[in-house]
Amino acid sequence: MSNLLSMITFVPLGGALALVLLLRGDDAATALNAKRLALFVTLFTFALSLGVLSGFDPSAPGFQFVEEGAWIAGLTYKMGVDGLSLPFVMLTTFFFPLTILASWQVEHRVKEYMVAFLVLESLIIGVFTSLDLVLFYLFFEGGLIPMFLIIGIWGGKERIYAAFKFFLYTLLGSLLMLVAMIYMYFDAQTTDITRLLAHQFDFGTIELMGWQIVGGAQTLMWLAFFASFAVKMPMWPVHTWLPDAHVQAPTAGSVILAAILLKMGGYGFLRFSLPMFPVASEIMQDFVFVLSVIAIIYTSLVALMQDDIKKLIAYSSVAHMGFVTMGIFAANQQGIDGAMFQMISHGFISGALFLCVGVIYDRMHTREIAAYGGLANRMPIYATVMMLFTMGNVGLPGTSGFVGEFLTMAGTFQVSTWAAFGAATGVILSAAYALWLYRRVVFGDLIKQSLQTISDMDRRETIVLAPLVFFTILLGVYPSLAIDLFSPAVESLLEGVRTAQSAADAIQLALK
Amino acid sequence: MYTAILLLPLAGAVIAGFFHRFTGEKFAMYLTTGILFFCAILSWIAFLSGHGEHGDTVTLFTWIASGDLAVDWAIRVDTLTHVMLVVVTSVSSLVHLYSIGYMDEDDAKPRFFAYLSFFTFAMLALVTGDNLLQIFFGWEGVGVASYLLIGFWFKKASANAAAIKAFVVNRVGDFGFLLGLFMVFWLVGSIELDDVFAAAPALAEQTVGFLGMELNAAETIATLLFIGAMGKSAQLFLHTWLPDAMEGPTPVSALIHAATMVTAGVFLVCRMSPVMEYAPDALFLVTVVGASTAFFAATVGLVQNDIKRVIAYSTCSQLGYMFAAAGVGAYEAAMFHLFTHAFFKALLFLGAGSVIHAMHHEQDMRKMGGLKAKIPVTYAMMLAGTLAITGVGVPLLTILSTPIGFAGFLSKDVIVETTFAAHSSAGMYAFWLLVASACMTSFYSWRLIFMTFHGETRADHHTYDHAHESPNVMMIPLYVLAAGAVLAGMFWYPEFVGHHEGAFWGPSIFNSADNHVLHDAHDVPVWVKVSPFIAMLVGLGTAWLMYIRAPHLPAELAERHQPLYQFLLNKWYFDEIYDFLLVRPAKWIGYTLWKKGDGGTIDGIINGIAFSIIPRLTRFAGRVQSGFVFHYAFAMLIGVSLLITWFAISGGAH
Repeated sequence: MSNLLSMITFVPLGGALALVLLLRGDDAATALNAKRLALFVTLFTFALSLGVLSGFDPSAPGFQFVEEGAWIAGLTYKMGVDGLSLPFVMLTTFFFPLTILASWQVEHRVKEYMVAFLVLESLIIGVFTSLDLVLFYLFFEGGLIPMFLIIGIWGGKERIYAAFKFFLYTLLGSLLMLVAMIYMYFDAQTTDITRLLAHQFDFGTIELMGWQIVGGAQTLMWLAFFASFAVKMPMWPVHTWLPDAHVQAPTAGSVILAAILLKMGGYGFLRFSLPMFPVASEIMQDFVFVLSVIAIIYTSLVALMQDDIKKLIAYSSVAHMGFVTMGIFAANQQGIDGAMFQMISHGFISGALFLCVGVIYDRMHTREIAAYGGLANRMPIYATVMMLFTMGNVGLPGTSGFVGEFLTMAGTFQVSTWAAFGAATGVILSAAYALWLYRRVVFGDLIKQSLQTISDMDRRETIVLAPLVFFTILLGVYPSLAIDLFSPAVESLLEGVRTAQSAADAIQLALK
Repeated sequence: MYTAILLLPLAGAVIAGFFHRFTGEKFAMYLTTGILFFCAILSWIAFLSGHGEHGDTVTLFTWIASGDLAVDWAIRVDTLTHVMLVVVTSVSSLVHLYSIGYMDEDDAKPRFFAYLSFFTFAMLALVTGDNLLQIFFGWEGVGVASYLLIGFWFKKASANAAAIKAFVVNRVGDFGFLLGLFMVFWLVGSIELDDVFAAAPALAEQTVGFLGMELNAAETIATLLFIGAMGKSAQLFLHTWLPDAMEGPTPVSALIHAATMVTAGVFLVCRMSPVMEYAPDALFLVTVVGASTAFFAATVGLVQNDIKRVIAYSTCSQLGYMFAAAGVGAYEAAMFHLFTHAFFKALLFLGAGSVIHAMHHEQDMRKMGGLKAKIPVTYAMMLAGTLAITGVGVPLLTILSTPIGFAGFLSKDVIVETTFAAHSSAGMYAFWLLVASACMTSFYSWRLIFMTFHGETRADHHTYDHAHESPNVMMIPLYVLAAGAVLAGMFWYPEFVGHHEGAFWGPSIFNSADNHVLHDAHDVPVWVKVSPFIAMLVGLGTAWLMYIRAPHLPAELAERHQPLYQFLLNKWYFDEIYDFLLVRPAKWIGYTLWKKGDGGTIDGIINGIAFSIIPRLTRFAGRVQSGFVFHYAFAMLIGVSLLITWFAISGGAH
């Protein structure tokens, strides 16, 4: 099938359409049908994506499964995947059936809920498969809408504030990116990402309003893209939308947000910032290191003091994403391999942690840490699963969480011992906040009256978490499974970056 | 065979942990114990047959491969591995057996045995590691197992706190280990041990920029790795977790906090001897820290009243001895003491466990006394352990060039002699501190015996009358360990540190050409050779005087020297200082960053700009009720379509 990627991208949207058109009424039967249909559609999408995975050749250069055709008004419709995007496509199609299953308890406007999630899935996959700037931007921005609705309609008490904060932060960042994209179009005369990747953007120093801008247009565009991706990541100091969004979002929303949406930022850095603006990336390296290390230490310390479970995990997400940005801009094999791996692993682990919170939230309807304690007494399976993911979050060797942190730090150490040193302190702090959370929620004696009858995980919850347990350990013991998928792409990306950077150096030298 | 030794305990842990519902509790316990005995037998076979065998590697499969970095799961086979395998599997199998009796009344037995076996697996992964990363895997793995076992009784708040403390303090050390590992990879391009060792001479000639300083590469790597070792082996400044770890069940203390995990740091320093030998400044640090720890922990041990805490501080102190030896280049002596210490310290812990078992979980020695009559066999076993740790033997006499004495006599005296023979400032510092510590070791060890077993009992009548000897499954491990505590020193002296040491260790331990400290140790003056023995006698005499002859003395002394007594009783106030300097500031900073940083500044600025429109929006929202979000979605869609149109028009222009 030559249009497999399009199918994967739009099957969920078709499913959403079917839900809207076919299901009427809001009785329990309709709700159940909506859930079943959504589950079927997401599973089908996952099956299709397995087809891409099996047909994908990691060692082949460039994009695969490419589709190209004329679109409306002279624009091109172009899709394709490479080693950098395919893992995220897989992560997305893998996670959506799980989140649908995890949402089985939703009762409020079930049909609309499922529609929102299916639309969201299409838009997210589109971000990773599109090879045209306009297409990418549409998917990238479009994804905001369903997520905004999911938080705003099915969220907690402060959902309106959180939804707006999420929306405005991400939108403001994106507007700058849009301006840069328009400039790129005029400069390169194309919106085709493959051709943009081959285009060399100007890096001669320019003067703007009395400021000397080293790296010129590249630096300006780098900054514009950075504004958007840094918010998505999120990086310090534009991370404050994330804890609010997580706390207010329903469980499934948090899972998608943590497991996939945050990865768009990292993907963007790898797809645009680093290869298209290599000179600027080199100039801004220290800047990114500083922000990343601040993120790791700052948010770890803040996480230590949280009294809301979801907020704590949200802050720890920011810290873990700090390793990603640091690794990417270390711009060597270990750094970027580590960043890619960390994003995938963080997808599994943070997604699983939010699902774990969902399990007890469904029972007790509170996220207060203080409302829990001693769960191990009545929920042994839950305690075991939660322990595994806590250890993954702490970055224990043998879980997937270790590999990413290790590789990003090993890569960064070669560029800046300071940055690696700062990031390594996160290793200590993560142990402190994660184990303290576990101790307050799961360990201890079961004394709270309200918890006396709490039940352990049921079959549905076990089915949702089991694959995540499996992958967290498998990727921890045999990470090559993932690394082999993207490593060749990273290698060719780095080759391009180095060539461009040394060419730039040669020109600078010649000018002197 | 090595693969089986490594992986079988893991299999046992998985079966006991996850499938005990199907197999039953008994099966889980017997299976894990049986597996460990099997592994122990295999290890002994390897140990006894494999002398001189060196440099074998069993590669399992690739672990992490990224660019130049390629790391395998692999087992390194040499004498150092053999020694550690024997120590780990022997003590572990005996502790498994002992636990069948000790944990009899607990309702989570399979979980306990699963943790024990998992710990053993991690420890084996550590000692068999062929590259730094696998060692680090085991390193962190034993940390987690230790965390789980210390917090095994998870209902107890103090156990939970101790478990977290152990893990976090260990991570401070791991931080150093990791940085050292990164530097090795950066400079050598590989973290396989053989590559690293081959590069060591070059590293010694190289300077490296680290945190803005220009440092010698070998020194920096050695120091960073040693920081890791300090955490795991509870050396001064990173020792605070070990005494608290006594919250765990006693068999755990014997296995993890005496014989195996805490010795991992010593093992690491010895394993890295080819690098250490090129880092004299780092070795200086190793000796100073080791000797200081030996002294510090011994002083604190003098006044503790909890039977397990006395032994814990004693462990801390003995580990200091091992480091002191490694620091002067006598890795063989360090490993010898590690080997003998495993027997007698595990014996002391399990013996203490037997006492605690007899006393219905009483651990305060002030509420014991006179137990000699009630539990004579345990008493005899504890006595064997005490004779071993205090270093009782016949000074200056050698038969077949082997000294005669209990295990600790041989191994500890070699250490003291090597520190003297080093003829360095660090060596002399260590020598005097270690002799002083030997005196205190003897004092607190005999104090423990006297307070627990001798004199009139201070226990309440009920407990005392019902005190009873432990069942056989608990006593048999004591007999085996006691045999080790008595004989292991004399039996293996020639191999570990005597005439056959060169052939025994093969290339697993590296001594640089000018390092003959072990040979020099045999020729130290007589007064040096007898000084630890005399120190031991002084300690014994003082203990006898204070706890048998004139039992009113300790209280009077404590009264007269209140400040000193409090200083020691409160462990030199390390916990309080750390709480004041680290824990509280971290919490305060975290809270301030959250409220003032995130809440006040960042949100204040960004929201101030972006959200000045929010009140208007919400007022609007109030009017449109719940439908308002759709309006915004709609507005967004319009925005996006405008964008498309714009692109379409400009794109169409071409």
